[in-house]
Amino acid sequence: MSFLGDVASWFGTAANWWGESGILNRVFEHVQLSAFTMAVALAVALPPALALGHRNRGGGLVVTVVNLGRAIPSFGILALALPFTIELARGIDLFGWEFSPISSGLGFWPTFVALLALAVPPIFANGFTAVRDVDPGTVEAARGMGLTERQILRSIEVPMAMPVVYAAMRVASVQVVATATLGALVAWGGLGRFIIDGFAQQDDVQVFAGAVLVALLAVATEALFAFGERWAIPRGIAGAGDRAAATAG
Amino acid sequence: MITAQAAGPFFRWDWVGRNLGAIWDRVVEHLTLTAIAIGIGLVIAMGLSLVALRWRRTYAPITWVTGILYTIPSLALFALLVPFTGLSTLTAEIGLVSYTLLILIRNIVAGIDGVSPEVREAAVGMGYTRRRLFFEIELPLAMPVIVAGIRIAAVTVIGLVTVTSIIGQGGLGFFILRGLNSFFWTQIIVGVALSVLLAVIIDLLLAGGERALTPWARRRGAG
Repeated sequence: MSFLGDVASWFGTAANWWGESGILNRVFEHVQLSAFTMAVALAVALPPALALGHRNRGGGLVVTVVNLGRAIPSFGILALALPFTIELARGIDLFGWEFSPISSGLGFWPTFVALLALAVPPIFANGFTAVRDVDPGTVEAARGMGLTERQILRSIEVPMAMPVVYAAMRVASVQVVATATLGALVAWGGLGRFIIDGFAQQDDVQVFAGAVLVALLAVATEALFAFGERWAIPRGIAGAGDRAAATAG
Repeated sequence: MITAQAAGPFFRWDWVGRNLGAIWDRVVEHLTLTAIAIGIGLVIAMGLSLVALRWRRTYAPITWVTGILYTIPSLALFALLVPFTGLSTLTAEIGLVSYTLLILIRNIVAGIDGVSPEVREAAVGMGYTRRRLFFEIELPLAMPVIVAGIRIAAVTVIGLVTVTSIIGQGGLGFFILRGLNSFFWTQIIVGVALSVLLAVIIDLLLAGGERALTPWARRRGAG
C-alpha cells in the first residue's frame, strides 16, 4: 500500500482515536492547555499593560520585553523551562524553610511555563502600545466632558485598543498552539506525542499523521480568530486592526 | 525520581572548556543552515514578488499560501516532510525556506509599492526601460524595507534551526535537545544563549549592511 494509504488507514483505525493516547484525548489536552495558558497570560499581562499605556509609563520595559521574546526561540524557551521546573520540584530552600511548590518538574509544568513566557510579551507589548497610541484628541475631549481617568480607560481607550489587542491574542494563540507541540519533548501529552513517539519508534505513518493533526489545529486556530474578529471588535472601529500574521514557531 | 545533572553546580564551565571544538562546529552548522535558507528564500521570494507585482491578482493567493505555510508549526512541517525526504538537511532547508517566504514577499512588494510615483514617472520620462527602472530605481529605493524583511526572516530562521535538531540537524539545537534528554542544564543554556547571540549579531550586521547600501537614507537622517 502507498504511504498515504497507510496514513489513511491509520486515521481509519478506531484504536488510534480512543483512550488516553488516542487522537481525541490528545486534541483535548492540546486545546485545554493552550486555552488555559492564554487565559492566564491575558489575566497577568493585560491589566498592567493597559494601566501603564494609559499613563504612558514603562515604554523602555516594553521594548526590552518584546526584543527578548523575539530573540529567544520557542524551543529554547521550552528547554530553559525544564531546569527551572525540575529545580522547583526538587525543592527550594527559603531561609531554612524547605518546600517543593510543584510535585513534578516534568510534563505539565515546564510546558505551561514555556507557553506562558511565549504568550505574555506580545500581549503586554500590544496592550501597552494600543492604549498609548489612542488619539490624544479623543482622550482630551473625553476629559473635557468630565470623564474620570478610570472611565476614560474603560470606555474610550480600551475599546479603541481592541483591534490591536485582538491581533496580539491571535498571534499569541497560534504561537502557543504551535509550541505546545514541543511539550512532548518534556513528557507532556498533546498532539506532539504522535510526532515525537513516531520518531522514537521510527514510525513514519504516525509522525505524518501527527503532523497533519498539528497543522490542522494551528490553521483552525488562526481561522477561528479571523472569523471571531467580526464580533470581538466594536463595530465603530472595525478594520482598524493591525493585521499581523502569527509568528512562525 | 529524576536526578537532574546529578551533583555539581547548575552551570559547568569545565564542560564548555572541554567542548569548545564541538561548540564551534555547531555554530558553523547553524550559520550554514541559516545562510542557505535565507539565500534560497530570497531567490524564490523575489521571483514570486515579481509575479505578484506584474500580475496584481496573484498577490492575494501567493500571500495566502505562504501564510498557511507560515502558520504550520515548525515541528509539524518538518514531520510532514520526513517520510519523503528523510532526516536530512534537505528536509530542514525546505521547512526553513518555507518560513522565510511570507516575510520576504510582503516586504519586497511593500518596498517596491512604496517607491513614489513621481520618481517612477521621472525615470520613465528619462527613457528608462522597465528592466532598468526595476534594477536601478525601484530595487535600491525599496532596499530599507527589503532589508527589514531579511532581518526578521534571519532572526526567525536562526530560532527555527534549533528545532531541526529533532530531525537530526540542528546546529546549536543539538545541545539543547541533548541537554533536554539528559537533564544536563549546561548544554541547554549554551545552546540557547549562543543561538540568541547569533540572532543578535546577524541582526546587527544586516542593519549595518543596510546603512552601507543606502547612503542617501543616512544623509537625509531618516535612517
